[in-house]
Amino acid sequence: MNVSIGVRSSVLSALILVVFLLAWHIATRGTTAGGPPMDPEYAKLMGITATTGKSAMPGPLDVGAKLFEHLRKPFYDNGPNDKGIGIQLGWSIARVAAGYGLAVLLAIPLGFLIGMSPTISRALDPFIQILKPVSPLAWMPLALYTIKDSGASAIFVIFICSVWPMLVNTAFGVASVRKEWLNVARTLEVGPWRRAFTVILPAAAPTILTGMRISIGIAWLVIVAAEMLVGGTGIGYFVWNEWNNLSITNVITAILVIGLVGMVLDQLLARAARAVTFPE
Amino acid sequence: MNERFISFEGIARRYPAPDGGTSTIFENLWLGVPKGEFVCVIGHSGCGKTTLLNILAGLDAPSEGVVLVDGREIGGPSLDRAVIFQGHALLPWRTVLGNVAYAVSSRHPRMSKAEVEEHARRFIALVGLQGSEHKRPAELSGGMKQRVGIARALSIEPKILLMDEPFSALDALTRGSLQDEVRRICRETGQTVFMITHDVDEAIYLADRVVLMTNGPGAMVAETVVNPLPVDRERTDLHKHPAYYPLRNHLIDFLVTRSRTWRDAIPADHDPRRPPVVRPSIPAPAAAAAASETAVQSEMLRNIA
Repeated sequence: MNVSIGVRSSVLSALILVVFLLAWHIATRGTTAGGPPMDPEYAKLMGITATTGKSAMPGPLDVGAKLFEHLRKPFYDNGPNDKGIGIQLGWSIARVAAGYGLAVLLAIPLGFLIGMSPTISRALDPFIQILKPVSPLAWMPLALYTIKDSGASAIFVIFICSVWPMLVNTAFGVASVRKEWLNVARTLEVGPWRRAFTVILPAAAPTILTGMRISIGIAWLVIVAAEMLVGGTGIGYFVWNEWNNLSITNVITAILVIGLVGMVLDQLLARAARAVTFPE
Repeated sequence: MNERFISFEGIARRYPAPDGGTSTIFENLWLGVPKGEFVCVIGHSGCGKTTLLNILAGLDAPSEGVVLVDGREIGGPSLDRAVIFQGHALLPWRTVLGNVAYAVSSRHPRMSKAEVEEHARRFIALVGLQGSEHKRPAELSGGMKQRVGIARALSIEPKILLMDEPFSALDALTRGSLQDEVRRICRETGQTVFMITHDVDEAIYLADRVVLMTNGPGAMVAETVVNPLPVDRERTDLHKHPAYYPLRNHLIDFLVTRSRTWRDAIPADHDPRRPPVVRPSIPAPAAAAAASETAVQSEMLRNIA
């Protein structure tokens, strides 16, 4: 048993995948035989899936073919209801980037302020505690009414859902910078700005990045739901549109792609977090 | 002026107590430190020695009284007073060079990057860490970290070096070699040093003068003891000197009993403004025996007298 844990876990992963795909394939395979002969009128009405006994649930091969098709032509545009998955993803990523970017711009400076001033921290705490647990989608009607633009409303919803973890983590990270590091800065007569950037920011960076990583995860979860509501473009709209088309194959394909993009976003932030983490 | 280069003038430090009143760490504390002297403050935990050092560093403010340095009242932390912290307090995301350079660039904001680095390297070499410039604190041993702390403090070329039990977290061997180094550097540069310790042997080896503080709360400076050992003392034959045991016994005696009982029987002539200066005397037989020994030792004795 000299095989490394990496190899062993990869083999196991592959095995799980194969078993899952096989089970999926068998479960969705058509059952052509059996049953009493159908009334031709009825069969005509129900369409091919009912008459062949084949489920509307696609098998892994269908999904694979669909995925391949999407990947080959990700950016086609045949009008509002038929765009390539790449374009839809692009819209979603752009919205997340905009909402998340705005949240970073607000949450990190405000978190600094809260972390450095116990007074501000206590003053804002009730607001944060009440607003934080609100589902971001509950803001949607309010956003639609005040902003009057569905695209901007989606961005607002992303903003409001990503702001809290970043705010809370930044405040916590800044407030728990070790006193001795601050004392070092004080005895060296380091000014407040230089202290913020050379002592507090690097010391709090790992905690801030943790908050940012949680936020990007939430933002990516919420964008799908938000786009289902606002419609028009985006991967969330794509999923809803394909459900209306009863194309389960496309829905499954979209789920897969959403997962992949979410993973990439998370890994980017994880890598950034690793870059600013310091061993003690 | 030089006799009171650092001057604590009737300072007090009080904290609000949980019961609503105030608890007094110490009050009406007067103490002068001459320029170029190495002063150690010893006392039990809780006697307020760290508070005293923090006030001198400017990290804490006295509730009453003032502290003068070089004739001027201190109003906060200053680059003239470098602190070597008990836990090394290095910035873990910076390298050795980065930590020292941070202090250098704080001292000399107009220096170019290359000059800062050059200056920092000189002090890293001074504490014997050349070759480790690019290591991070996590890669260093406890002794090496404290060396970086010393290099950082010295690199700003302060008027006063403040040390808060800087070696207490180190093993005995490392502590010894760092004490040697600190003593060498401070002697070479004529540095004024104010150090807190509870280690009697450390005080005997390093200090020119030892300040004895009674137990807190309401701690007082009972006396200051002039170290009778020769200035060019060696760690290895410290204990052979006839004044060594009288000094050591005097300090231990203070820590074990007098720090506790002193306050119950304050000498009638005790003036808090001028704590008595004590020179532990060499017992007569030992002095006689020492005098009959080698010329070198009698020379040493003359130095003491």
